[in-house]
Amino acid sequence: MHQLTIADIIKGLRERQFSSVEITRQLLARIQQLDPSYNSFISVTADRALAQAAAADARLASGDAPALCGVPIAHKDIFCTNGVRTSCGSRMLDNFVPPYDAAVIENFEQAGAVSLGKTNMDEFAMGSSNESSFYGPVKNPWDTSRVPGGSSGGSAAAVAAQLCPGATATDTGGSIRQPAALTNTTGVKPTYGRVSRWGMIAFASSLDQGGPIARTAEDAALMLSVMAGSDSRDSTNLQRPAENFTRALHESIAGLRIGVPKEYFGEGLNSATGDRVQAALAEYEKLGAELVDISLPHTHLAVPAYYVIAPAEASANLSRFDGVRYGHRCENPADLRDLYMRSRGEGFGEEVQRRILVGTYALSAGYYDAYYNKAQQVRRLIKQDFVQAFEKVDVIMGPTAPSPAFALGAKQADPVSMYLEDIYTIAINLAGLPAMSLPCGTVDGLPVGLQIIGNYLDEARMLNVAHRYQQATDWHNASAV
Amino acid sequence: MAVDAQTVHRLAELARIAISEETLEDMSGRLGDVLKLVDQLQTVNTEGVAPMAHPLDAIQQLRPDQVTEANCREQMQAQAPQTEDGLYLVPKVID
Repeated sequence: MHQLTIADIIKGLRERQFSSVEITRQLLARIQQLDPSYNSFISVTADRALAQAAAADARLASGDAPALCGVPIAHKDIFCTNGVRTSCGSRMLDNFVPPYDAAVIENFEQAGAVSLGKTNMDEFAMGSSNESSFYGPVKNPWDTSRVPGGSSGGSAAAVAAQLCPGATATDTGGSIRQPAALTNTTGVKPTYGRVSRWGMIAFASSLDQGGPIARTAEDAALMLSVMAGSDSRDSTNLQRPAENFTRALHESIAGLRIGVPKEYFGEGLNSATGDRVQAALAEYEKLGAELVDISLPHTHLAVPAYYVIAPAEASANLSRFDGVRYGHRCENPADLRDLYMRSRGEGFGEEVQRRILVGTYALSAGYYDAYYNKAQQVRRLIKQDFVQAFEKVDVIMGPTAPSPAFALGAKQADPVSMYLEDIYTIAINLAGLPAMSLPCGTVDGLPVGLQIIGNYLDEARMLNVAHRYQQATDWHNASAV
Repeated sequence: MAVDAQTVHRLAELARIAISEETLEDMSGRLGDVLKLVDQLQTVNTEGVAPMAHPLDAIQQLRPDQVTEANCREQMQAQAPQTEDGLYLVPKVID
């Protein structure tokens, strides 16, 4: 049953082939048996899951079943969950049990989904390898000596290992798409403002966006239809009503214009990875699409702009963790300053501290114009590159990550090399566009992701383009386990 | 571009993060690497380009000035390291 997609599970539950309690039990047993090898979960909430599953079965029997009724999924441990420890991968929040649910959690509960537990992640979503988690690194199910990517590495690994058919995730600079690419899963970052950030622990508020990781584009569309929607509690939410993102899945893509940016195929791209992406583009031509050469000339400035904007926003957002109202407090503080300094020094890991200090530097007196303001200007140039490209094309495609999964520990000593993992994903967050990663082959037995970038609010089209590829190819069905 | 120890101390003080002497050297080196990376921004001319805060240039949403949140002080304070009579406790600030 663990091999079933979300679409299969919805059908199976409604046709009484199995109950929600049955599939939930089976997945919980699988997590207990296999997850010690992957470390993809921080918390498994078995009792809650079984209670939710029993309630879902009752609703299914009564004929009053909402969209995902009885479907077991998992949530990234960044989404506040009423009564369940929500750690954000940090010692700072190791003892934090939120008294409320994030909007995303509410949405899935209203849709009848069952939550198996909370998935592992880089601390405060800062990382591309899942090695910065206080709860230890996640291992890639394709090769447990390698990273699953990050920051949503737990969600991606859990889906790849078939511990759950789908999981929620978040993407600030590539944290949904890069782990999806490294684990042969399908991950979607929607347009900025589509999914409410309310109750989603903030990293960089102008870039953070929730989205799903699943095994197919269809499943991602089913999840996104539940996740997205208007929410007045998130002041940057687009206030768009919920949409059915599966509506265009089956449409033809004959005549589709695919932009291929030359900057995404240059230096830094592993050549075998590039070959797999080119093969995917050739497959799209067979499906009737037309390839158009485009240029995104400010691409090389995306990583530098991001590493000003994201740390600056993080330094402000993470100032709330002060050891006073919740979270970690040091032992025997001498005075208030000592309480702040040691609580934060002990509660935050090294990468989080580094980013807070970079952000503090960029925002400090005398540096604001040279760093933050400059980065926000460059951000507009990056957005304009995409706006101009979308005048000529319907979607843009390229690699998701520059190379397949790297070995655990390989990039830990050099933060800048880790930052370059997100070289093809970061510009999309700066521009606020929707994008996704889907499997397009393997290199030496390790998965490669194809990235599809859509125009603003055009997720239904983007998912259609991905779905048609998955109807014509089998890469997404390759399994790590 | 290296970041000297004094600058790291100043940033750590501003950010209220205790940095141990053992990690100080490592932190200055790595901060320098990151600042070198972001200095590439200085190579592009951005004269007359408006800074971008929201991708869709959305503005702050407004709502009627009404109380919408329930009072859940007890639940919130149940999370706190130390409280007394509904107040958060910290070490003595004034003598």
